[in-house]
Amino acid sequence: MIEVRGLVKAFGVKPVLRGLDFQVAEGEFVAVVGPNGAGKTTLLRILTSMARPTMGEVRIAGLQLPRQSGAARKILGVVSHQPLLYGDLTADQNLRFFGRMYGVSNLDDRISEVLSIVRMSARRYDLVRDYSRGMQQRLAIGRGILHRPELLLFDEPHTGLDPDAADMLDDLLIRVADEGRTVVMTSHDLTRAGELASRVDILSGGKIARSIKRGELDRGELNQLYYEVTRG
Amino acid sequence: MAEGVGAVSRVGPRGAVGGYLRAVGAIVWKDIAAELRSRELLGSMLVFALLVILIFNFALELDLRTRQTVTSGVLWVTFAFAGTLGLNRSMAIEKDRGCLDGLLLAPVDRSAIFFGKVLSNLLFMIIVETIILPLYSLLYNVNLFHPGLIAVILLGSIGYVVVGTLLSAMAVQARTRDILLPILLFPVVLPVLVAAVRATTGVLQGLPLEDYQAWLNLLIAYDVIFLGVAIVSFDYVVEE
Repeated sequence: MIEVRGLVKAFGVKPVLRGLDFQVAEGEFVAVVGPNGAGKTTLLRILTSMARPTMGEVRIAGLQLPRQSGAARKILGVVSHQPLLYGDLTADQNLRFFGRMYGVSNLDDRISEVLSIVRMSARRYDLVRDYSRGMQQRLAIGRGILHRPELLLFDEPHTGLDPDAADMLDDLLIRVADEGRTVVMTSHDLTRAGELASRVDILSGGKIARSIKRGELDRGELNQLYYEVTRG
Repeated sequence: MAEGVGAVSRVGPRGAVGGYLRAVGAIVWKDIAAELRSRELLGSMLVFALLVILIFNFALELDLRTRQTVTSGVLWVTFAFAGTLGLNRSMAIEKDRGCLDGLLLAPVDRSAIFFGKVLSNLLFMIIVETIILPLYSLLYNVNLFHPGLIAVILLGSIGYVVVGTLLSAMAVQARTRDILLPILLFPVVLPVLVAAVRATTGVLQGLPLEDYQAWLNLLIAYDVIFLGVAIVSFDYVVEE
């Protein structure tokens, strides 16, 4: 589903990604972890064609970025730590707007379905600016899955959530992954990443330094490896 | 699959033109719906425009003859200042909560996003102009109800909004976006403002069309050229 080879991204003279290779198979749930400034968000922004690679090859479902980014965006759902929602619109209006942008058919039914999935049906006609952070993030996931994407990218989705809201988000992520979608999630939370994902990639020094499949290491060993890798 | 996330689907089977127009329409609808709720943009533009024409009215104690000659300038300065406020706010709404990223992630040609924003900005500007014109007529005791004036205002507003929308998308990325937009915008729209003021003066003084035709042509040429420039460059402006 995702093929990244020799990816370099520099801002001015400062390289953030230095020849990164990254592959994700269809149906896989991969968590990318790493310290602040490691380039996790930069990697996701390149995958979403929000940023251009300085060098290297990026393919999503066989589509080359940034040349075929329009076609690639059709199969992408993105949930960021920012909700990407309009505060002055209701949940219904936000989903209706994004549904039109993505050309979603049977929009009324799909909005009802998505709001039910993220347990927001009761707040359908309330303004998003009046929602708690957790509710906004649930609706953001609703926006991300509205067009039934093949590939979901989550950029630190647990940021700013209280434990209950974070647990609810985990349930949603598991459901999304169980339905055969490919999921890539960046996170600072090593424990959560290890529990949710089928593979954890440690991003350090602008490259994927280690790749660990679920069950290879226990929680303590994963933490130890992370600190060894990221502290050099 | 009532409770499932839903089967994977590749969206967008409809025609490219249909999808493009649907995206433009969705952005205009979204901006109108948000504005009907908040009334932030139109409210601030209107209050600001009213203050400008009141300040000019008191600052320039003019006789009737002088008043007729400065009317066009005061009118366009009012539109330009109020317009800048609206353009800044319109793009700031997109930047807050990362909504601009949400727009850019949509599988539509990015010029559709630009056109959508241009149309909604133009609509808000025209609403403000429609309210300001009769008030201006009353305050300055100048008859502004000339059919030709509508064409001049429309052409001037299109040029102003097209360039303003492009530059506001650029300025909104900066921390100093509020002061950056006017600094970037006014030098670039100077030809529009000069041509619009001259053409407005021609219309209001009842001059024959030939006397201000050149300024109208300049407005049309500016609108066409900058529309083309904006369509080509918008993708690069909004991308990192």
